[in-house]
Amino acid sequence: MLTQARTTPLPFVASSGYFDQRSASAKTGLRFLMAAMSSMFFLFLLSYILRSQVSDWEALSEPWQPLAQTGQLWFNSALLVVASISLELARRSIRQPDHGHSRELLLLAGLSSFGFLVGQVAFWNFLTSRGFFADSNPANAFFFLLTGLHGLHVVGGLVAWIAATVRLSRERRQPTEKGLALTKLSIELCATYWHFLLVVWMLLFALLSSSPGTYAAIAKFCGLGD
Amino acid sequence: MAYADDVENEELHEPTGFIWKYVWSQDHKVIAIQYSTTAILVGLVALVLSGMMRMQIGFPGSIDMDATAYYQAMTMHGMIMVIYLLTAIFLGGFGNYLIPLMVGARDMVFPFVNMLSFWFYLVSVLVLLASFFVPGGPTGAGWTLYPPQAITAGTPGSEWGIILMLVSLIIFIIAATMGGLNYVTTVLQARTHGMTMFRMPLTVWGIFVATILALLAFPALFVSGVMMLLDQTIGTSFFMPDMMQFGSQLDYSGGSPILFQHLFWFFGHPEVYIVALPAFGLVSDLISIHARRSIFGYRMMVWAIVSIGVLSFVVWAHHMYVSGMNPYFGFFFATTTLVIAVPTALKVYNWLLTLWRGNIHLTVPMLFSLAFIVTFLVGGLTGLFLGNVVVDIPLSDTYFVVAHFHMVMGVAPILVVFGSIYHWYPKMTGRMLHDGIGKLHFWITFLGTYLIYFPMHYLGFLGMPRRYYAYEDYPFIPESAQSLNAFITVVAIVVGISQLLFLFNLVYSYFKGAPSGGNPWRATSLEWLTPETPPKHGNWGSSLPVVHRWAYDYGVPGAELDYVPQTTSAEEVPVHESDHDE
Repeated sequence: MLTQARTTPLPFVASSGYFDQRSASAKTGLRFLMAAMSSMFFLFLLSYILRSQVSDWEALSEPWQPLAQTGQLWFNSALLVVASISLELARRSIRQPDHGHSRELLLLAGLSSFGFLVGQVAFWNFLTSRGFFADSNPANAFFFLLTGLHGLHVVGGLVAWIAATVRLSRERRQPTEKGLALTKLSIELCATYWHFLLVVWMLLFALLSSSPGTYAAIAKFCGLGD
Repeated sequence: MAYADDVENEELHEPTGFIWKYVWSQDHKVIAIQYSTTAILVGLVALVLSGMMRMQIGFPGSIDMDATAYYQAMTMHGMIMVIYLLTAIFLGGFGNYLIPLMVGARDMVFPFVNMLSFWFYLVSVLVLLASFFVPGGPTGAGWTLYPPQAITAGTPGSEWGIILMLVSLIIFIIAATMGGLNYVTTVLQARTHGMTMFRMPLTVWGIFVATILALLAFPALFVSGVMMLLDQTIGTSFFMPDMMQFGSQLDYSGGSPILFQHLFWFFGHPEVYIVALPAFGLVSDLISIHARRSIFGYRMMVWAIVSIGVLSFVVWAHHMYVSGMNPYFGFFFATTTLVIAVPTALKVYNWLLTLWRGNIHLTVPMLFSLAFIVTFLVGGLTGLFLGNVVVDIPLSDTYFVVAHFHMVMGVAPILVVFGSIYHWYPKMTGRMLHDGIGKLHFWITFLGTYLIYFPMHYLGFLGMPRRYYAYEDYPFIPESAQSLNAFITVVAIVVGISQLLFLFNLVYSYFKGAPSGGNPWRATSLEWLTPETPPKHGNWGSSLPVVHRWAYDYGVPGAELDYVPQTTSAEEVPVHESDHDE
């Protein structure tokens, strides 16, 4: 059935400009990227739990194993926390008229992320120097694999961070409306991504340093254990 | 939500020079054609491999192919067809070409990433093809690449072939992710004025949901690929159990091959729908346009696509009934598998109801669409058999399964690919494909594929095992089965060679085809309303189209024409009051 000529209200709401659209796209894209990454880490973690229930598994967290002392990893975690917080502060200060300390904060975020990576590699060296190679136990293999993949994603983030830094310094030299909008967007995306990386890392850290009893409990909960 | 006026005024940086226009292009239309061309070319390799396998089965010893080469051909055929042809052409090809045009965008939202996606895809194809030339040749582990056999001596290509296969898959996943982020974001953020989600053509819905599946399911393949790669290269034991080889203990211990299967099929089953959902979407549009009828139950179709997408994540273990599992698990997965038949059947009914009393034009795209419905139905019905544990177990390792998945996942989607190419080729080139050659191609392909795959169901019931290199000296396989095999091979070769007709048509019509004009099928959706055909860079000239209605206004009473383009305002032709709007 037809009704009489009905006006078609356009659902389109006039947005305030090109950069809103561009920024909305970038944020949506990032959200889907994080969803895909979450799927990946989640499946790795499930595999980890399942594999941990086989008798040859020697959890790295046993008292005589390297992860019994997690000092170095806590230090690395602190660096990632610093990076995440400084990006959040940078995101807020870039909105101020004089951009506040956004430059210093951005720099701090990059350096501490780099420090995090160096710390992770140092811990890898520590493991291998004590004879904990990836092929000597599945727990070690997962440790290298998961920290390595997480590290690679931090490296990817640093590429975006470089872009943000370049945009910010260009903006300080030659301020334009377009440049400012892009810089804000870059920093905002970096902040979101870093928070995500931090959450993933905290989950990984918690799991990797848990006791075999915890793995057994999770496995049982998921219906994977005996 | 939509583009603002600034975007329309934003300067379009049209690339100049051959390289920037056609090679390092960031234009979604060029990338789509690059994707499709690469996919079709690599698909031809897989087609030739299948021809070789059929020669060996139908006429054993007629070509120089040993068991190793047979398994390599089988593996590469399967993987290429599923991933590098079908996934790539539906998402990278049709997704790239149609999404921006159908939603009224100037391009994908991240054109540079889109370009990278194609180049990563190309590299993944080259790495895969390179495995033909490494010592030991490509992997012959079967397309599912199950460990431990995939990486233990005795399986063809267990040293280099499998490494290249896994590396290629990982690169492909990166490419698919980069492309996928573009497709979903473009659908969500770059729709033009008035283009609500529920005014989008079903093609866009199908590709959109399939892309979400891809973004969430491909990580499972990535995870399994990376872990197997480490098992193979540095000797970890993620999947490799304790095992003996040639009388000596291998260095592996404790790994779980079943874990690989779970991961693989957690990807593998959604993969079926990554291919099928775009096909559903495309075929819905073809049927509606060529039957001059609005699609029946648009909203139902959308929700069917979405619910199939969701359900596809909870059925994976029906591929693993024969791996052994808790009977309750089997019951659960059998149930979810049969439940998925509900939205799927609903779609089939809606296609039929769209055709009902339609003004059916038996154009080449319509022929392929009708063929799709029956083929998909046959393949789907045998899926009901195989979804049940007790029926699956005796049939699982037989030709019945080969028949089932080739019908449902091979032939059905490829019929849609053909139909869609015949349908959108005029938009891509400005010329019609030759109708006579198209019909010849259709009839040979359609009848041929039935002659190939229908008899395989009977072979399966006879107990003819799949994956065998030769079938001589098995008392339980009757002589007649061999005659049938020879028959299938002859038809397969004819169908394979007849695809040259299609390729010839593509090339011939590009130069000699009849000019098509902008809207040869008198369709309503936006891609047919571009100012130029083929659309230029930026698609829409100076201003974006404004959408006032859904994409299925065919045969609206009182309208001057039998179709009302989406850009026609409600003042000119009243907007139909039905479930599609609001």
